[in-house]
Amino acid sequence: MKKVAVVGVGMSKFGELWDYNLRDLVVQAGVEAIRDANLEGSEIQALYGGTMASGRLIGQEHISALIADAMGLNPIPATRVEGACASGSLAFRNAYFAIASGAYDTVVVGGVEKMTDASTAEAVTALGGAGDQEWELLQGATFPGLYALMARRHMLEYGTTEEMLAAASVKNHANAVHNKYAQFRREITIDDVLNSKKVADPLKVLDCSPITDGAAAVILMDLDKAKQHTDNYVEIVASAQASDTLALHDRESLTEIRATKIAASEAYKQAGIGPEKIGVAEVHDCFTIAEVMAVEDLGFFKKGEGGKATLDGETKIGGKIAVNTSGGLKACGHPVGATGVKQIVEVAWQLRGQAEGRQIDGVEYGLTHNVGGSGATAVVHILKRR
Amino acid sequence: MSCVGIAGYGVSIPSYRIKAGEIARVWGEEEGRIVKGLGLSEKSVPGLDEDAATLAVDAARRAVSHAGIDPYDIKSMFIGSESHPYAVKPTATIVAEAIGATPNLFAADYEFACKAGTAGVINTYALIKSGEIDYGMGIGADTSQGRPGDALEYSAGAGAAAFLLGRKDVIANIEGIYSYATDTPDFWRREHAIYPSHGGRFTGPPGYFKHVIGGAKGIMEKMGTKPRDYAYAVFHQPNGKFPRTVAKKLGFTAEQIEPGLITPYIGNTYSAATLIGLAAVLDAAKPGDAILVASFGSGAGSDAFHIEASDLIDERRNAYPVRRIIENKRYIDYGTYAKHRRKLVL
Amino acid sequence: MKPGLPLLWRRTKERYNLIGSKCESCGTHYMPGRAVCPKCRRKGKLVEHKFSGKGRIYSYTVVRVAPEGYEYFVPYVLAIINLDEGAKITGQIVDADPDKIEVGQKVEMVFRKIHEDNPEGLITYGFKFKLAD
Repeated sequence: MKKVAVVGVGMSKFGELWDYNLRDLVVQAGVEAIRDANLEGSEIQALYGGTMASGRLIGQEHISALIADAMGLNPIPATRVEGACASGSLAFRNAYFAIASGAYDTVVVGGVEKMTDASTAEAVTALGGAGDQEWELLQGATFPGLYALMARRHMLEYGTTEEMLAAASVKNHANAVHNKYAQFRREITIDDVLNSKKVADPLKVLDCSPITDGAAAVILMDLDKAKQHTDNYVEIVASAQASDTLALHDRESLTEIRATKIAASEAYKQAGIGPEKIGVAEVHDCFTIAEVMAVEDLGFFKKGEGGKATLDGETKIGGKIAVNTSGGLKACGHPVGATGVKQIVEVAWQLRGQAEGRQIDGVEYGLTHNVGGSGATAVVHILKRR
Repeated sequence: MSCVGIAGYGVSIPSYRIKAGEIARVWGEEEGRIVKGLGLSEKSVPGLDEDAATLAVDAARRAVSHAGIDPYDIKSMFIGSESHPYAVKPTATIVAEAIGATPNLFAADYEFACKAGTAGVINTYALIKSGEIDYGMGIGADTSQGRPGDALEYSAGAGAAAFLLGRKDVIANIEGIYSYATDTPDFWRREHAIYPSHGGRFTGPPGYFKHVIGGAKGIMEKMGTKPRDYAYAVFHQPNGKFPRTVAKKLGFTAEQIEPGLITPYIGNTYSAATLIGLAAVLDAAKPGDAILVASFGSGAGSDAFHIEASDLIDERRNAYPVRRIIENKRYIDYGTYAKHRRKLVL
Repeated sequence: MKPGLPLLWRRTKERYNLIGSKCESCGTHYMPGRAVCPKCRRKGKLVEHKFSGKGRIYSYTVVRVAPEGYEYFVPYVLAIINLDEGAKITGQIVDADPDKIEVGQKVEMVFRKIHEDNPEGLITYGFKFKLAD
């Protein structure tokens, strides 16, 4: 397999973007990535697009053809990849394989979701499609509900508290203040989280990631070619993915995302490092409990200690491991199909020393972790500084 | 042997209750006058996810378990209700599917105001009596609505009773049946109307009393019996007052009718009311006890039965006796009741 | 999105009666039933199994923001039930005070309305759970 590098990254503003449609967002991100890669566009040989629910949200399928068209990239092959909230990472991973296999040397990945054209109820219902329609959703399950079922078990088995969960949200809001692309650039307190409206006990509104519009794009290049082309690349040293049962109830344990553990262990093996080497991680905090489980499942903390570590500030910038410097899904926003690609963008900025007010000093390895549904898909990538 | 009897029965009553006083409070009525006038102090209210079909399924499952037979042996399913969930699409097939009796059976819905349940039992009886089938089920199930503020709102309750009839191992024999019917416009609900209309005091003498007396006298004449020959009598009970009055008129004592008088605790369960009363009596009956049953359905008619408890009744007691079911209750206020009955438009 | 009519109808028997499957090779129960035993794969032998409907609460939440078609039911208790036979299943706990629900409580299956399209639409029935007597 050939080695692969990220040579350009870009993203649109994340938020409620009433003035922009899906096409506008993806062009904003794509143009920024191509400019960042110092390319013309004509060098790009293939496109992979990640979108979860455009058909349900805006009635538009065939998103990759749309992106290629909007960015003036025709007639290159354009493929959509879907894996619920992990769609962006899956698109990235497929682009990675396309270069690693030797088929192409320059490929673009675009992740996008335009969510606010649908009503909140429609968006919630569309996201529900990531679960088991017949045996979870029809029973009245919602995504906050499924993660709440995990949170309840985590609290019961490990003594995790609502304050510990809230700390993840508070920290991510604090990080987002320094990210000009983030949806919520304001600090909040633990009390704000605890006193926010209950959504699915014990989860409250401020435990949940928002509904967001946004797009992110990255350009991948064969590593040897990247070295000739630019000094500003980061190397992809691991790409791993695992699956689990679609329905949460079929899992042995509700206090871990098993697919995350398996993908992480494979990723560390590929990179030849352990979790202690990771300096920055963008993890999938669709709900605060998801971040607590992620920092355990990724090996940063022992199982059951993720909540306490979060409350103790060990995942803050300057802590043991900086988690979600972008603000994470919670505060940067979660335009579902864009999230996995945005995580790569943030980690690339960190490894290139361009993360502005949230830069981690001397970071060598960065990790991204993207989950689909309640954990039926998990994708882990590790990137290395040039 | 063509004798037909009750192989098992089951009752289901929602756990929610609203007190007559709570309804009276909203409409500026005096609680004491309502309770005295109707002879009931509270009524059952279905949960948001309960309807005539779910109550019927719960009752039917209890009846199957009481009889201890393979549900697949049930070859007819009749459900009487004035609140079938669908105007068109049978409740009977829902229940048959949910107890595992499909597909080789005869299924149909009945409507005859409050006597649709006994109509189902009579037709089950007829099919078995004719030798066509060995087991059949008749169910009365309702979640009836009274117009807000109307006298009916204090009494319209929810419940279901299922009777599984057969020839073998019965706990009681149905010794005779008799029916009485005329065209009497005492109470009705037109297609697409949410709430029923009624003739006020006209529902009494020309409606309820004439027909219940007609049914009860008819079965006693047919069987050659007198009121004193019965250990129990069960009459349709739209409120707590009418059945006590009709019992007096017919010559039955309080001892004979009180055990089967359940409406004062749960309201009028319409198609289920007479059958729930019968179930409560069977919970207590001893071998050899004779029971007179006379239902009433507006429009109007009465189905009457002469039933005798068999020797098996003592050893085959129901695991869910009516008086225990009605004790499982939680009170709700008028706002919650309005939500449960979908009187709120979202 | 409104689930299609055949989708709601197709598993009626299973949804009404809690019918799943059991692998005769390894003894594992599945609800809903599976065509392939994930443990035994080709060596698995799956047969239909009707669950007793009894189990215990494994985890629960109170859903206060409902998806389309469930708005009238909020707040409702959603749980994962560990069925006595060993399979876990998602279902609502009905007729219960949300403050009195605890992990480990015994429950039994009840038959209730699951979903209604609109006043003129289809009613979907199926299993839910209530606290056992």
